Amino acid sequence: MNEKPEKLIDKKGLRLDGRKPNELRPIKFEVGAITSADGSAYVEQGKNKILAGVYGPREVHPRHLALQDRTVLKCRYHMAPFSVQERKSPAPSRREVELSKVIRESLEPAIFMEYYPRTMIDVFVEVLQADGGTRCASINAAALALADSGIPMRDLVVACAAGKVDDTIVLDLMDTEDKVGSADVPVALMPNLNAVTLLQMDGILSLEEFETAVNLALEGCKQIYAVQKEALKTKYVTTKEENKEEAEE
Amino acid sequence: MPIFFERRQLVTPGDLIAEGEYIAGENTYMEKNKIYASRVGIVEYETKKIDVVALKAFYVPRMGDIVIGTITEVGFNGWMVDINSPYPALLRASDVLSRPFKPQKDDLPQVLDVGDLVVAKIVSYDRTHDPQLTVAEPGLGKITRGQIVKVTPTKIPRIIGRKGSMISMIKQETGCNIILGVNGVVLITGKTLEDEQLAMRAILRIEEESHTSGLTDRITQMIKEEKSGREENKK
Repeated sequence: MNEKPEKLIDKKGLRLDGRKPNELRPIKFEVGAITSADGSAYVEQGKNKILAGVYGPREVHPRHLALQDRTVLKCRYHMAPFSVQERKSPAPSRREVELSKVIRESLEPAIFMEYYPRTMIDVFVEVLQADGGTRCASINAAALALADSGIPMRDLVVACAAGKVDDTIVLDLMDTEDKVGSADVPVALMPNLNAVTLLQMDGILSLEEFETAVNLALEGCKQIYAVQKEALKTKYVTTKEENKEEAEE
Repeated sequence: MPIFFERRQLVTPGDLIAEGEYIAGENTYMEKNKIYASRVGIVEYETKKIDVVALKAFYVPRMGDIVIGTITEVGFNGWMVDINSPYPALLRASDVLSRPFKPQKDDLPQVLDVGDLVVAKIVSYDRTHDPQLTVAEPGLGKITRGQIVKVTPTKIPRIIGRKGSMISMIKQETGCNIILGVNGVVLITGKTLEDEQLAMRAILRIEEESHTSGLTDRITQMIKEEKSGREENKK
């Protein structure tokens, strides 16, 4: 499994897991997975399994970090030791610290930070199983958890990656494609305001390739947004229907 | 000037609700003459103003609100009170004692200790200062008996009902006195524990079914049924 495959795209133009180049992995979103948190979400994107919890706005600890004109958003991205094939040390690595910052910065524009000065919002993202593209899946989970917690938001945030694999531009890279492929472009988007909140590139792409990759990723974001929105509504619609049935009985 | 949603439809943050000459009400915001939702909730509008009734939100203090809080800390000249909001509230000793506070003479933990519950009114609050409470009014002060129910703060208006119809009905049917803290904490004091528990169940049911219609009638029926059932058991 750890061996490097010779070809990432076969003769029929299909990828390692049988997807077309512009196809997403199967997605499952679940809102309200942790009852003790103010808001939470559980996300499965392909083999990725990610849990996000939101607490706040609450008092800032330590006190001196409080800002007089806005909320402090704190993000913690963490990978469980069992999330990858070889045990990952539970201590935050350089990569995790960076991803925490990246996730925080892609969520910040969506939150009305100035509404609740001198408070703090905590976002915890725990990767239970990783299979490439966890930063995008984490942003999706965190945005859902924020919306679930009742924190006022300008828009939801959706993220999706595109990249280059065997000279083809593909959508939503999985682990092997990410490692063996030649480029990876994660994009986060606020779909209704049509604003990009995260744009990174790892690898080398020509200008034209970059443009098609970004556009492909944005298409992917819009597809994910539909699922995300549905998940958020489902939580409340199901509780609604249960009540209706009870009332009829 | 189109509106893209009907009344009582569910929206998520970022949904474009309306475009044009409208006023952005609760849980909405306006950008470039377009009105978007900022929380998960149900759309409500009357002619111009568009509101979203949030399904989940936290309590934000407002001057004049009656709240129920828990003492979390005894300080030098007052108490810190948890009022279920992002900000802790302050309750001053001189306010509770209704005379100047003398540190040598008065023992604060004897008046109110950590864990005690108080009904209080918010006297001041703004962006730069934490809310301050007062108990120097009739009906306010330390809670000595009764039951506490916690609900989502956004559901309090539903418990009150139209012009207080719901709450006065529960009070009348159960014979309990009910104080609604705007911060989502409800205090019920009745003659017997049974009465209090009945009122508690009624309030929890309102929270669960807050978005359905004809709720007052169903709650009335529920209370009456339980009461008659209880009487039969006694016989």
